Amino acid sequence: MYDILILAAEEKHNPVVPQIAEVILGLIAFLLLFFVIKKFVSPRFEALYAERTAKIEGGIEKAEQAQAEAQRTLEQYKEQLAEARAEAARIRDDARAEGLQIIEELREQAQAESARIVAQGQHQLDAQRAQIIAELRADLGRTAVELASKVVGESLEDEARRRGTVDRFLNELDAVAAPANK
Amino acid sequence: MTEMVLASGDKFVAPGVADFFLPPIFGSVTKPMVLLVLSILIIGAFFIAASRNLKLIPGKFQFAAESVYDFGRNNIAREQIGAKDFKPFIPLILTIFCFILVNNLFGLIPLVQFPTMSHIGFPLAVSLLVVYPVYHFVGFKRHGFVGYLKHQTVPPGAPWFVLPLLIPIEFFQKFILNPLTLAIRVFAAMFAGHLLLLVFTLAGEFLLLNGGLTVIVAPVSFAFAIALTFLEALIMCLQAYIFALLSASYIGMALAEEH
Repeated sequence: MYDILILAAEEKHNPVVPQIAEVILGLIAFLLLFFVIKKFVSPRFEALYAERTAKIEGGIEKAEQAQAEAQRTLEQYKEQLAEARAEAARIRDDARAEGLQIIEELREQAQAESARIVAQGQHQLDAQRAQIIAELRADLGRTAVELASKVVGESLEDEARRRGTVDRFLNELDAVAAPANK
Repeated sequence: MTEMVLASGDKFVAPGVADFFLPPIFGSVTKPMVLLVLSILIIGAFFIAASRNLKLIPGKFQFAAESVYDFGRNNIAREQIGAKDFKPFIPLILTIFCFILVNNLFGLIPLVQFPTMSHIGFPLAVSLLVVYPVYHFVGFKRHGFVGYLKHQTVPPGAPWFVLPLLIPIEFFQKFILNPLTLAIRVFAAMFAGHLLLLVFTLAGEFLLLNGGLTVIVAPVSFAFAIALTFLEALIMCLQAYIFALLSASYIGMALAEEH
């Protein structure tokens, strides 16, 4: 029965054999739709996508620019910071060197001063000593002469002889004292 | 089927090819013809409406339209043809996909319920008269006449002694078989699917109305019809996708520099 139905139908229509009218209509309908989509739909969508892409890419580009800018600023800051650090270090070194130099100078000055003071003192001492020795010598001479004249009972009037005697005596004393002094 | 028919005592007229060729509505205009025209009106109106006022940030309707457009554009055309050449073919691939899809889905829409593509004339018009000339045309244009013939029929890397065998096979496939199989694939799927739905629906109806005790199995038949409807929905979308995909693939192969 099923076969008969198919056979009966096949007399009119075979489903595998295309009907020319349908092929033509299908083609025309398809081409119409294709025309509409190609002419009106696709360009609009593509334009939208292009715009969207441009916008996104623009945004990305802007972000990249901002990032580059930030990077550059950071580099700049780092550079400045490094510079400042170097500067500070240099200043510190300079200060230290200068300080050392100042200390050195002061020390030298102080040494010179002390040396000078010592020398002056020495000088003064020498002068005083010389003076004292001279005074003493005169004193001693006179006293010794006085003492001697009292002992001897006569005045040693001969000035020249007296002076010679005293000087000779003192020189003898010096010769005895000098090795001990040294 | 025969047993059921016998059991009911009445004659069950199984659905057949005749159900696909209903009498014309008026003149020589048949139902699939009307549906076909309706389909291009629907698709055209949908896309025109969606693309009238496109915004950078899409609304719901635009998002839906964009999804369809993107599917044809990115998933089918760009994948198969390649990012370099796919742009000019977007409208074609999109049209093919939507055209086949909507006409297939007519098989499920209540009251319409007829997949237009179950008439082989329609898919054949698209495959043989549109896709076939397009991909060979762009192929000849890209590679030159001899170059394209060689490109299509001589697979690179094939040893010379199999070429006498390969060349006729490849030629037969690329120049004769491809457009036919493309059309037959969707036609057969729609034809068989619709027939299956008819069988289960009509059998259910028959069991319900004419049967004695067989009334109790009628719901089973209807349940099958419903289950098959879901399956059909899947197949309809799949066939539309495959048709568009293969069309794009043929174009892509014709344009490909080397395999």
